[in-house]
Amino acid sequence: MTAPLPGILADNPQLDRWVVFMTPGKVAISTGRVEFGQGVLTAMAQLAAEELDVAVERVAIRSGDTDGAPNEGYTAGSQSMQAGGIALRQACAEAKALFLARAASALGCPAAELTVRDGRVLRNGMPTAHDYWSLAAAVSLATDATGAAARKAAADYTIVGSNAPRLDLPAKIFGQPIFIHDMVLDGMAHARVVRQPNRGATLASIDEAALRRIARSPVEFVREGNFLAIVGDDETAVEAAASAASDHVIWRGAEPPRALQQEAAWLLQRPSVDRVIGAPQPQSPPRGRQVFEATYSRPHLAHASIGPSCGLALYRDGHLTVWTHCQGVYPLRAALSRTLGLDPQRISVRHVQGPGCYGHNGADDAATDAAIIALRRPGRPVRVRWRRQEEFAHEPVAPAMVVKVRAVLDEAGNPADWTAEIWSGTHQGRPGGGANLLAAEALPNPPPVPAPTDVPESAGGGATRNAEPLYDIPQKRIIHHLVPEVPRRTSSLRGLGAMPNIFALECAMDELAERAGRDPVEYRLARLADPRGRRVIERAADMANWRPEAPRGTGRGKGLGFAQYKNRAAYAAVIVEVEVEESVRLLRAWCAADAGLVVNPDALINQLEGGIIQSASWVLKEQVRFDNDAAGPIDWDSYPVLRFSEVPEIDVQLVDAGTDVPLGAGEATAGPAAAAIGNAASRALGIRIRDLPLTRERIMAELLRQ
Amino acid sequence: MATTVAFTVNGRSVNVAVAYEDTPLLAVLRNELRLMGTRFGCGLEQCGCCTVLIDGKPEKSCMRPLSAVAGRNVVTVEGLGTPDRPHPLQQAFLEEQAGQCGYCLSGILISAKALLDRNPSPTRAEIARALDDNLCRCGTHNRIMRAIEKAAMRMRAGVRA
Repeated sequence: MTAPLPGILADNPQLDRWVVFMTPGKVAISTGRVEFGQGVLTAMAQLAAEELDVAVERVAIRSGDTDGAPNEGYTAGSQSMQAGGIALRQACAEAKALFLARAASALGCPAAELTVRDGRVLRNGMPTAHDYWSLAAAVSLATDATGAAARKAAADYTIVGSNAPRLDLPAKIFGQPIFIHDMVLDGMAHARVVRQPNRGATLASIDEAALRRIARSPVEFVREGNFLAIVGDDETAVEAAASAASDHVIWRGAEPPRALQQEAAWLLQRPSVDRVIGAPQPQSPPRGRQVFEATYSRPHLAHASIGPSCGLALYRDGHLTVWTHCQGVYPLRAALSRTLGLDPQRISVRHVQGPGCYGHNGADDAATDAAIIALRRPGRPVRVRWRRQEEFAHEPVAPAMVVKVRAVLDEAGNPADWTAEIWSGTHQGRPGGGANLLAAEALPNPPPVPAPTDVPESAGGGATRNAEPLYDIPQKRIIHHLVPEVPRRTSSLRGLGAMPNIFALECAMDELAERAGRDPVEYRLARLADPRGRRVIERAADMANWRPEAPRGTGRGKGLGFAQYKNRAAYAAVIVEVEVEESVRLLRAWCAADAGLVVNPDALINQLEGGIIQSASWVLKEQVRFDNDAAGPIDWDSYPVLRFSEVPEIDVQLVDAGTDVPLGAGEATAGPAAAAIGNAASRALGIRIRDLPLTRERIMAELLRQ
Repeated sequence: MATTVAFTVNGRSVNVAVAYEDTPLLAVLRNELRLMGTRFGCGLEQCGCCTVLIDGKPEKSCMRPLSAVAGRNVVTVEGLGTPDRPHPLQQAFLEEQAGQCGYCLSGILISAKALLDRNPSPTRAEIARALDDNLCRCGTHNRIMRAIEKAAMRMRAGVRA
């Protein structure tokens, strides 16, 4: 029996791209997925060890390297297990089958009599003289996967499903130099970029003498069109000059975004590219039917990585090597090739760990900065580290979104026709889609900026992600207004449109339940056939000791949010309890999730909980503001995030679905958590606030208005 | 002015020659002493990634001029423990798997050490308050606080690095 190959394995079918037995006692695994603290490499090691029947300690992983690791595009969208993991698992099953066939012919027995235990071949359970490493010379893995090898049955798993300790954590706990910021190459120069204050600004003049005086130690200036970098041996000198640059460099055409543009509602007045997905729009307004309409919004958000972006590059003997913490080394190589006019074969891009990114932040851009500088200084490695102000003001941000929900109710008051109308900038600003690199726009003859598109529904959608309710509603449609011109470069942030859409949809469900005088949990269950969805809602309600009769407006309340991420990945229900006086205080949170086959439960719980906390920070605090005459926030005072004292205790439980199919889960809780907080705050306050963030100022204004 | 500053790092006496005595301690730790465990987060004393102990007190190192630590005792995350001899905090962080991207952890471990040195039995609220100057963006806060409680309990029972 030959099964179709998982997509990524079909794209990278040669087995030795995935698994190699070169070093005795070790298994070398390659994956296109990269680590940014989500534990993906540990999970990959578990999958490989399980399928090959070796101890997980034997697995060494190479990841994210255009000189060998498989091309898996981006590590994004909670796709690592669902797509990359199953490809690696199948590749390992195929490799193991080839080894057992070779051992069977050496032993003169059927392969069915053979098994593997920690790399050694057993025959009917008894030791033989063979193991992976003794057979390696006789088994070529330079052959394509066929889909013929059977995978291990999930019932036989011992490593998958166990809490293997994360491979990346010890180095982080002992302060070892594992981040890209810690890389030091021989003869390395340090660099900072003096950024165009805004898109399209032109460099009029620079007072180099003044900046050299401020630097005190020697620095050089690298200038290409409107790209300006300060380079030197002494990082402190380079930093000093870069910090002072705004006083000594004059730009023309530098118009910052206006404060008006920081509000999501600004989008409603803009030209847009429109389309309708799902049921056709009704020809005439419903007669005699009740209509529920409400508009929800979320502002631009920053990734706000705890460490600023960093990139290293070396151009030597006509070959450019770039080290980066970006999410996709192959797409970055393609974009660098287009931007720099270098053949991709003359570029190597290698992933090195960085601080958590949660999507497309400045990582690709910092790598590009380093590459541009390195090309002008052959033989000399260069490290560019962004400044904090630069990260906030110049990284791509998550687009603001407005979501208008319109539900037509039937005679019994049930939603019969549902429309989610969405206004948003693009969520797809990644370099893979065009050149789309910050520094590229500053170069002479910049490549044309591609017309923005959004992530197609086949890939989970961008602004439309999770806009369609999973609930049983006869007619559903999405109206998508893609707003091409927005005040900042926008791109992907954890979950893309899922968070604002689930916030809107799940708040609307609560509002509908309230109108109908029904309990929010019961109201949802009454129109949700999907048993896996029902199960996580019921479990979360149980965990939180949910009481239907809870009163409104007492200053304290619980709220629920539910979604299946992308309507096809992991299910999550989150309940949050809050107390609201002038601002919202989180008291407790409970989460039940079904992620299908779970490779490492503890690592998954860490991700699910992290998603809840990050979402709480978005909902309660975060907005990229333009009211300070800059292109956005500049520091952690102008972009506050949730702190330790503000984080609630969180109880997460995994619901076992008894399946061997993993469902992407790293982004599954952010949307439900946002809705849960919105619904809990509404219950506590007795009024509904539909615009994020739920800051003290917003709450006070709403209370005064009502 | 070019100058030499003498101080102690992780129990070792060092003499560092720098071009200017206002060079930040963080730059000296990372670039001169190659102690990369103390991370650069903001350079504005806002995020806590660069926290070190100076004479036992948690201090941010990103804006502190080197001259300010002359003759003083600096402890970085490398001075807490090693994989072979982990500090009880590090052991507890490993057991609780208290980290995601891990970029904030060095500063958090140092802040936690300072807390337990002055208060061996902190409540959860006291731990949270002691860490409010340390930002974590991944949302690992609860695990981190659990790990600190666990380490505190063991240290009260006499466990040392």
